[in-house]
Amino acid sequence: MTEPASPVPADEPVEPVEPATAKAPLTNKERMAIERVAMPEQEGDIRAHNFREVNLGLTYQLAILEAERCLQCPKPFCVDGCPVRVNIPNFIAHLRDGDMAGAAESLLGDNALPCVTGRVCPQETQCEGVCVRARKGNPVAVGYLERYVADWAMQNPGAVPHLRQPLTGRRIGIVGSGPAGLTAAGELARKGHDVTVFEAFHAPGGVLIYGIPEFRLPKDIVQAEVDRLVSEGVKIELDAIIGRTYTVPELREEYDALFLAVGAGLPVFMNVPGENFKGVYSANEYLTRVNLMGAWNPDSQTPILHGQRVVVVGGGNVAMDSVRTARRLGASEATIVYRRSHDELPARAEEVHHAEQEGVRFELLAAPVEVLADENRWVTGLRVQRMELGEPDASGRRRPKPIPGSEFVIDCDLVVVAIGTKANPLLTGSAPELEVNEWGYMVTDEYGMTSMPGVFAGGDIVRGAATVILAMGDGKRAARSIDSWLNGVWPPPPEEPAATAARPAREPKATPEPKPAATPG
Amino acid sequence: MHPILEKTVLSPTVARFVVAAPRIAEVRQPGQFVIVRRGTGAERIPLTIADADPGTGTITLVIQAIGKTTSDLCELEVGDAITDIAGPLGKATELIETGHAVCVGGGVGTAVVHPIAQGLHERGVRVTSVIGGRSREWVIFEDELRRWGEVVACTDDGSYGRAGFVTEALRDLLDAGGIDAVYAVGPVPMMKAVSALTLPYGVTTTVSLNAIMVDGTGMCGGCRVTVGGETHYACVDGPEFDGHKVDFGMLADRLSTYRSFEQEAFAKRGPCMLNALAAGAPAEASR
Repeated sequence: MTEPASPVPADEPVEPVEPATAKAPLTNKERMAIERVAMPEQEGDIRAHNFREVNLGLTYQLAILEAERCLQCPKPFCVDGCPVRVNIPNFIAHLRDGDMAGAAESLLGDNALPCVTGRVCPQETQCEGVCVRARKGNPVAVGYLERYVADWAMQNPGAVPHLRQPLTGRRIGIVGSGPAGLTAAGELARKGHDVTVFEAFHAPGGVLIYGIPEFRLPKDIVQAEVDRLVSEGVKIELDAIIGRTYTVPELREEYDALFLAVGAGLPVFMNVPGENFKGVYSANEYLTRVNLMGAWNPDSQTPILHGQRVVVVGGGNVAMDSVRTARRLGASEATIVYRRSHDELPARAEEVHHAEQEGVRFELLAAPVEVLADENRWVTGLRVQRMELGEPDASGRRRPKPIPGSEFVIDCDLVVVAIGTKANPLLTGSAPELEVNEWGYMVTDEYGMTSMPGVFAGGDIVRGAATVILAMGDGKRAARSIDSWLNGVWPPPPEEPAATAARPAREPKATPEPKPAATPG
Repeated sequence: MHPILEKTVLSPTVARFVVAAPRIAEVRQPGQFVIVRRGTGAERIPLTIADADPGTGTITLVIQAIGKTTSDLCELEVGDAITDIAGPLGKATELIETGHAVCVGGGVGTAVVHPIAQGLHERGVRVTSVIGGRSREWVIFEDELRRWGEVVACTDDGSYGRAGFVTEALRDLLDAGGIDAVYAVGPVPMMKAVSALTLPYGVTTTVSLNAIMVDGTGMCGGCRVTVGGETHYACVDGPEFDGHKVDFGMLADRLSTYRSFEQEAFAKRGPCMLNALAAGAPAEASR
């Protein structure tokens, strides 16, 4: 087993908790007057050459100040905007009062991987997107605050009691240790079930470990979140490939219920001539070598090709992760080739902005036609075709159309293909009883159950490639469904209504309870 | 962790390990492989399962020290352990059910072809194994293969068995007739030569492609090979394919991708001590 890692670099101490001062609560007007904090970050030209985390995290003072901006809405939209329904006003209120343990207990009770979600969630389209303060100005920086509280909890493991309930004697198998699988594992372990997670790789975390780079999500933080789940009773079996080492029907016989969360990890290539030349990677291979195998470290035993001029094809988060990685591996030119325009880039705005700050070039409205190579079959360039946007397609995005006679060559020595992934048939191939759709994704009912009774599925293997937090939402829903199913309550009862800001007192507080703020608008 | 229970030095650079891996021993089939990671910080490499014993819960891995990682593995001793062994991976060999098959093994590929010969024998197929090496000390797995049928051993320099390449012995068998299938495992030029040889005879030829792999589960595409003009992933669609359809040129080319890294890592590390061991040096020299 790996040693529990320190989640936060030693040079960034989290300040000790100061006792809450007995000052009077701010008025809403005073709260509205506070400006949203800016996240301290490494400068673009410095961080483009290292793999350390870009965002440095808030200080205690900044976190408290930001927490004061929350209006504690009695009907908080932010909770509805969160796929795992974190009781956001509740943990923020504890934080504001300096009750770090209370804030951590509240947050961890709702979210099994808060150090992760505080870093990688697209909050602007979720909790922060629906924050009432976003209607006029900037929303509360929920993600930053979540990260602050989660990192504190990681550094103070004794502060939050284990939430585990008496053992039920039920055994649950979870396939895949990505965000969906880990979330479900945490929820089910807390309900007292005996949970075993099967992982094909030699390290748990799924995309959190092999995909998302160190500079966005440090790997020792992922390991620390996993270690916490293990300390709560979750068992993890590594190097176990379901579909090969075991089959789904075999697991079904041994476990009272299964949750399949294997993701959609099969890379899609461009299907253009020359893409098997040396120097063409799938983003999955490129990022796996760098992240999981540690090839960003020159001492790593796993090699990686270091391109001087690197082209990354695609416009999503995986493309941004790849191109920013290429810069850090020493590429003097790192270029995104995307067939639509800037407005349609599917990546998070923050990621695109970070890439731009780090000197990444964007070749927009261009689509690959052919990979060029020298006589030794090493990549020398990518021939692309200029595109223009036509009518919106079924997805509502404007469809790119090639402009005849517009081809040109981008000189490069490495091409990384980040145009998407699809379902891997390895697992479903071993379980013909499992219903899949025409693209190979698993079919589930509204409670997450597949066509095999007692077998549930969620995350990318059901949705297609999506986000970490949506996968976690699926994991949480599946845990609820599984628990209900094992207890003979089917279908599961409807979810409780949206939480309110009324927080259970963990211990008597020095500060008076703030008056609930009126919801503007 | 997978403890090493037995180690045998087979040739100057090849060692045979019997390793505890109960689940894999129970379910593996001929043609399948595992991904091995020696320990923290080491890379993942594919190795074919040369043999297995479900009774003792062990699998046999035959490793040739050709670079840093394989040399590190070859220097492990009984009592050491391999941190990660994932598998079994890949598709099982499509074995013919009756008739006469020739299993061709070159170098360390001789160990890889062994489970295929065994599987064929168990089905009642007549098996002839044609195995080769540069010279006498490079011919391995002869006794193991003899359990499943006749063995023709060849050496390039004629120091043992029949002089010449395995393809020459295979040509004689094809000329004699009655061959229903050929299974060939070895270096790319050898598999290419075998496939070219069998094509005019119209004999089905299966080759096991040793592409570069990372995960071994289909999620990276690093092992992609062109077969019949289409891209396949050797780890999930293979590793075995119709030798008459494989683009061996592309396979050899992609295998050279990391050559400079490999040479540098190997040079930094120094040669494998297996060599000294095979030459009769004291055992502690191998540590």
